[in-house]
Amino acid sequence: MTRNVLPVMTVVCAIFALWYGAAIWLNAPWAYDKATRTGEVLTTQTLIADTWSQKKPKLPAPHQVASEIWDTTVEKKITSKRSLIYHSWITLSATLLGFALGTGLGIALAVGIVYNRTMDMSVMPWVIASQTIPILAIAPMIIVVLNAVGISGLLPKAMISMYLSFFPVVVGMVKGLRSPDAMQLDQMRTWNASPTQTFWRLRLPSSMPYLFTSLKIGMAASLVGAIVGELPTGAIAGLGARLLAGSYYGQTIQIWSALIMAAALAASLVAIIGLIQRVTLKRMGMA
Amino acid sequence: MMWLFFAFGIWALGWWANTRLAALPRTRVTALAVPVIFGLTLIAVWEGIVRGFEISAILLPAPSMIAVRFAASTAILWEDFVQTVIKGALSGYVIGCGSAFLVAILVDRFDFLRRGLLPVGNFVAALPVIGMAPILVMWFGFDWHSKAAVVVVMVFFPMLVNTVQGLADSSAMQRDLMRTYAAGYWTTLLKLRLPAAMPFIFNGLKIASTLALIGAIVAEFFGSPIRGMGFRISTSVGQLALDLVWAEIVVAAIAGSAFYGVVALIERAVTFWHPSQRN
Repeated sequence: MTRNVLPVMTVVCAIFALWYGAAIWLNAPWAYDKATRTGEVLTTQTLIADTWSQKKPKLPAPHQVASEIWDTTVEKKITSKRSLIYHSWITLSATLLGFALGTGLGIALAVGIVYNRTMDMSVMPWVIASQTIPILAIAPMIIVVLNAVGISGLLPKAMISMYLSFFPVVVGMVKGLRSPDAMQLDQMRTWNASPTQTFWRLRLPSSMPYLFTSLKIGMAASLVGAIVGELPTGAIAGLGARLLAGSYYGQTIQIWSALIMAAALAASLVAIIGLIQRVTLKRMGMA
Repeated sequence: MMWLFFAFGIWALGWWANTRLAALPRTRVTALAVPVIFGLTLIAVWEGIVRGFEISAILLPAPSMIAVRFAASTAILWEDFVQTVIKGALSGYVIGCGSAFLVAILVDRFDFLRRGLLPVGNFVAALPVIGMAPILVMWFGFDWHSKAAVVVVMVFFPMLVNTVQGLADSSAMQRDLMRTYAAGYWTTLLKLRLPAAMPFIFNGLKIASTLALIGAIVAEFFGSPIRGMGFRISTSVGQLALDLVWAEIVVAAIAGSAFYGVVALIERAVTFWHPSQRN
């Protein structure tokens, strides 16, 4: 663990150094342009100072993004429309609802596939095929169509999240439910266990490691779904809306802060699942 | 009412046929026929329900309507296909996967980089990278270059992580054997470790193939010239021309499946020796 800290820190520092350097390089044309108009001569120092503090830079410097995030999370009231926490919560609620629906659907399908041969042969290929379709392409249509029937707000976004997150769960659960080998299944039979008992006592517990791995992928996917689902609503609320509004008005700092927020959200959600996984598997004696 | 009975009848018939087929011993024919029948019943039920309940074409057009529209607007669909799939997705896919592959070899060569870059790469691979789209559109302009850039960013880390993991897959004993043959680093890489990494590399390539199409289409929502699948979908939804949207979706589905299928076929040819390819 500690062996990895130094390399990771080095890489992270290198990324920040590159970022600062790129900010100078990308923002310099605008700084020079401004200087020639006012007739100033830019020294290296003023150039750097200018490129790191522009209002609408091509690439904002890390500290600009950090201060924007600080400004919109801590300084603003949570109920304010300008608070990033307000927007994050809207995206998060759609993500969680979609994730819950997707996990439920995924587990149900997996149980059906494992226990019903017809379903295995007919549904499974289509579940796989459904993922080769770029489903996010349908996202704006789902939103607009459901809006036309009067369903708006959380549910349409959650449905897109659900669609993206059910697939990893199906694949992982099918693999997990089939992971007990023939000897273990025979053992259950010698104990005269009913199919239900075999399911609850053997198949389900042994599928848990697979389930948690899938949940992590599914969670990240459903956040992407929720963000993309917010794009076609015309930028009202949510992290996706912040991205879209930022791109309309050239507010690059706003885009970057929404992006960092989304990344932090994804990372913490996955970390929470990882924590639950550790505790659960330890209690079950599997880790 | 007739249409609803039709839909229900087809569904029952299809399910009955599939149950019978599934009970037969598994052959190549039944493995192919069962999902095909299932898909066809789905389309028939869709048609029946749309007609039976007289669902407005603004909500959900019937498959027959989509097929008619598809045939009528092949010129537009082809133009969008070239713009989004060939120019945007494919070029981004090649650049992204190629550079990730080269970086992976570099990372593998230096253990320090591997311990540093791999956790960061794993982390980035799980983030909503698609959010980079508006920034990249701002940097690279509205045309396909920005879409290719989005695709590059999206496929880079999954590909990198998979390739690095694959390169570490050969066992110490195999490497020692190569050393007893007096094989240098490059020989070992080419003759042992790259072939051993192929299943992982193809796993990355398959993941990237679906990501590439998604990235190219979603990036077009943030600005595009007046062609491209993402552009057509978002404008046609605004005009409530849902049959055209569905025609685009059909194109996307075919393109996505074909893309994945081609990668899977190449995988089968390259990694024929791997247990997962043998039946």
